[in-house]
Amino acid sequence: MTAPMHDTTTDVDEPAPVAAEATAESKAKKVEGRSLKQIAWNRLKQDKVALAGGIVVVLLVVVSVFAPVLVSLFGHPPNEGNLDQLEDLTNLPKGALGGISGDHLFGVEPNTGRDVFSRIVYGARISMLVAVLAAAVAVVLGTLFGIIAGYFGGWVDAIISRVMDVLLSFPQLLFIIALVSVLPDDLLGLSGSGVRIATLVLVIGLFGWPYIGRIVRGQTLSLREREYVEAARSLGGGSRHILFRELLPNLVAPITVYTTLMIPTNILTEAALSFLGAGVRPPTASWGGMLRDALSVYEHDPMFMVFPGLAIFLTVLAFNLFGDGLRDALDPKGTR
Amino acid sequence: MRENNEDRPAAPAAESASEPDAGTVALDKDAAPGEVLLKVTGLQKHFPIRKGVLQRQVGSVKAVDGIDFDVRSGETLGVVGESGCGKSTMGRLITRLLEPTAGTVEFEGRDITHLGVRGMRPMRRDVQMIFQDPYSSLNPRHTVGAIVSAPFKLQGVTPEGGVKKEVQRLLEVVGLNPEHYNRYPHEFSGGQRQRIGIARALALKPKLVVADEPVSALDVSIQAQVVNLLDDLQQEMGLTYVIIAHDLSVIRHVSDRIAVMYLGKIVELADRKSLYESPMHPYTNALLSAVPVPDPRRRAAKSERILLRGDVPSPIAPPSGCRFHTRCWKATEICKTAEPPLIPLATGHQVACHHPENAEDQAPQDTVLLTAAVEAAEAAGVEVPETAVPDASKAEATEA
Ligand SMILES: Nc1ncnc2c1ncn2[C@@H]1O[C@H](COP(=O)(O)OP(=O)(O)OP(=O)(O)O)[C@@H](O)[C@H]1O
Ligand code: SF4
Ligand SMILES: [Mg+2]
Repeated sequence: MTAPMHDTTTDVDEPAPVAAEATAESKAKKVEGRSLKQIAWNRLKQDKVALAGGIVVVLLVVVSVFAPVLVSLFGHPPNEGNLDQLEDLTNLPKGALGGISGDHLFGVEPNTGRDVFSRIVYGARISMLVAVLAAAVAVVLGTLFGIIAGYFGGWVDAIISRVMDVLLSFPQLLFIIALVSVLPDDLLGLSGSGVRIATLVLVIGLFGWPYIGRIVRGQTLSLREREYVEAARSLGGGSRHILFRELLPNLVAPITVYTTLMIPTNILTEAALSFLGAGVRPPTASWGGMLRDALSVYEHDPMFMVFPGLAIFLTVLAFNLFGDGLRDALDPKGTR
Repeated sequence: MRENNEDRPAAPAAESASEPDAGTVALDKDAAPGEVLLKVTGLQKHFPIRKGVLQRQVGSVKAVDGIDFDVRSGETLGVVGESGCGKSTMGRLITRLLEPTAGTVEFEGRDITHLGVRGMRPMRRDVQMIFQDPYSSLNPRHTVGAIVSAPFKLQGVTPEGGVKKEVQRLLEVVGLNPEHYNRYPHEFSGGQRQRIGIARALALKPKLVVADEPVSALDVSIQAQVVNLLDDLQQEMGLTYVIIAHDLSVIRHVSDRIAVMYLGKIVELADRKSLYESPMHPYTNALLSAVPVPDPRRRAAKSERILLRGDVPSPIAPPSGCRFHTRCWKATEICKTAEPPLIPLATGHQVACHHPENAEDQAPQDTVLLTAAVEAAEAAGVEVPETAVPDASKAEATEA
C-alpha cells in the first residue's frame, strides 16, 4: 500500500482543481486567490430580486446622505411653510392629489404647507440614521457577547444566554415610551432631536443585540470545534487571537446577513415610536411622525398618508429582499 | 497559575537561546539522538459526563486511562488502535492541547503537565501537531500565506529573509507552488491541504511533531506521498515523530517503535521489527492479521485473518481486569480480575497480557478459558488447545 515513491518536491499530487483555470488567467495577472467573498458576489449578481433590493438600498443611502443637496435643488426646506399652497378655509392643499405639482413633487402638508418631498427625504435620513446606528450598536454588542458565550461556554454562556432571553422577552416599545417620557430634553450636551435620536439608537440597539448574539453564539459553538482552532492553540495563540482572528472572520457572513435583516426591523420600530410620539420630536421630519399627522386628515387628503407609508414599505421590503439574497449567496452549505 | 508566573521570566531567555540556531542545520538539537525527548508517566484523561439542569457529574469517559511511554529523540513512534480508543486524546495531551486528569508529561526533562497557556507558549515552538482533517484544520478565511506565517506571528519570530520568503520556501519544501501564497484553502485538494498543514507545523522547526492520523482522510493513492513527505522531512530536519493511525498499514514503513492502544491503555509497545515478527498481545495479533502482509513467511505462518467478536466496550465503564477480556480468545479467570501490567518480556518489547503469544505465559496456572473466550476463539478462527476447553470449565463458568 505504501510503496516507496520518493518524489515529494514535484507536485504529482492529484490534479489541482484550479490549475487549468489558473494557467488561463495568470497569463497577464498575478496568481491570486478567488476568495469566498468573490464567489458570493458572483452568486448575488445572479439573483435579480436581491439585486433590485440592493439598488433601492443604495439609493436610500445616497438620498439620506445627500438630503440637503437634493432638497436645495428643489428649493423647499423641509420646515418651511408654503401657506400659499393651501386653501384659505380648509387648510388643505390646493389642487388635486394633495397638491402635487412640478414645484412640489409629492404635494404639500395640510395645515402647514410644508413640502412633502423634502420631508420624505429628510425622514429617510432620520430613519436610516437611527436604524443603521442602532444596528451597529446591536452588532457590536451581539458579536462580542455571542462569541464570548459560544467560545467559553460554562457559566459565562449561562449568564449571557439568560440576559439575552430576558431582553428578548422584554416589552421594548412600552419601555422606550416610558423612558423617553422621563428623559430630559437636554442631556450630555445634546439638545432637541439629538437626545431623542441618541436614546432611540441606544435603546433599539440594546434590545436588538440578542438577535445577533444568538446567531453568533450558535455559530461559534460549532466553529470552535474546528481543528484550525486547535492548530492556533498549538501555535501558542491566546483566546483573543482565536476569537478575533480565527473565529470572527468566519462569522462575518452571518453577521452581515442578520444586520441587513435587522435594519428594516429597526426602521419599523423607529417609525412606530415616532408615530406614537416617542420618536424624534417635531418639527424634525420622520416617516412615522408624518403618518401620525396624516391620520387626522386622511379622509380629505389621502395622498399625505400614501407617501410616508410607501416610503416605509419600500424601504423595509428592499432591505429584506437584499438580506435574503445575501443569505443565499453567503450560505456556507452552498459553498462546499 | 503559579507555574505561569514562574515561567514568564524564563521565556525570553529561552527565546534568545534558540534564536541563533533557528537557521542552521536542524541536526544539532538539544537532545542527542536516542535520548528521551518526551516522557509520559501514568497519563490519564477522564472527560466528565454532566447531566441535568445542575450539570452534576454522573460519570466520565476514560479516554486515556494511565499510560506510560517515552519518545526518544530522532525516532518515530507509531500509535495504533481502533476508533475511540483514545489516540487523539493522547496526542492532544502530549501537545498539551488538553490538560491531563492525572499523570505527568515531561518534555526534555521539564514537567509541562499543568503549564497554562502562557507557560506553554515558548514550548509550542518545539512541539507541533499535524491534524487529521485537512478540511477543518485550515481556516477557510485565511490565505495559505497567512496560515503558514501564523506560527511566526504568534511566536513573535522573524525568520531570516523575512516571513514571506520563509513561507514560500516552506511551501516549496512540502511540494507546493510558492506562487499560491495568496490562495485560499478551498482552492486546494485534500492532499495539498495536508501539505499546507505540514508546512505550518514545521515552520518553527519543532523538535517533536505529533501527527494525528495525517493521511486517513486522504485518497489511498495520495497517502503514500504524504507519508513519504513526512519521512523525508524527518531526515532533513532531524524531527521526532509520534504518528497516530488506526491500522498498522500506514505506519509500518515509517515507525521505529509502535505502541498499540486499546480502550485508553497501551497494551503492547515494541520495536517495529519485534512487533511485526513476534506480536505478543492477542489484540496486536488481531490488528496484524487485518493488514495485507507482503511477507510470505508470515503469511504462511498465520494465514487466517483473526476476526474480533463484538464491539469495543464503552470507555465510560471499561471491563474489569484486562480490558480486552470481553473479546479475547485466550481470556481466563485471571484476565477478568487482575489487570496485566505493561512489562518487558523481551528486549525492547513491552506487553500487558497474562497469556501472551510468542512469549512465556505469565499466568500458567490459569488454563481454563472463559466461556466467552471459547466463542471468541470460534469466531476468530483460532485453534484452541484441548486442555483449555474441558466440559468442566463450562460448569465452572456458569456457576461463577
Ligand atoms: N472533549 C471530549 N469530551 C468528552 N468525550 C471525549 C472528548 N474527546 C474525546 N472524547 C471521548 O474519548 C474517547 C476517545 O476519543 P479519541 O478521539 O481520543 O479517540 P481516537 O482513538 O482518536 O478515535 P478516532 O480513531 O475515531 O479518531 C471517545 O469515546 C470519545 O467519545
Ligand atoms: S489473554 Fe487475558 S490478559 Fe491477555 S489479552 Fe487476553 S484477556 Fe487480556
Ligand atoms: Mg482521533
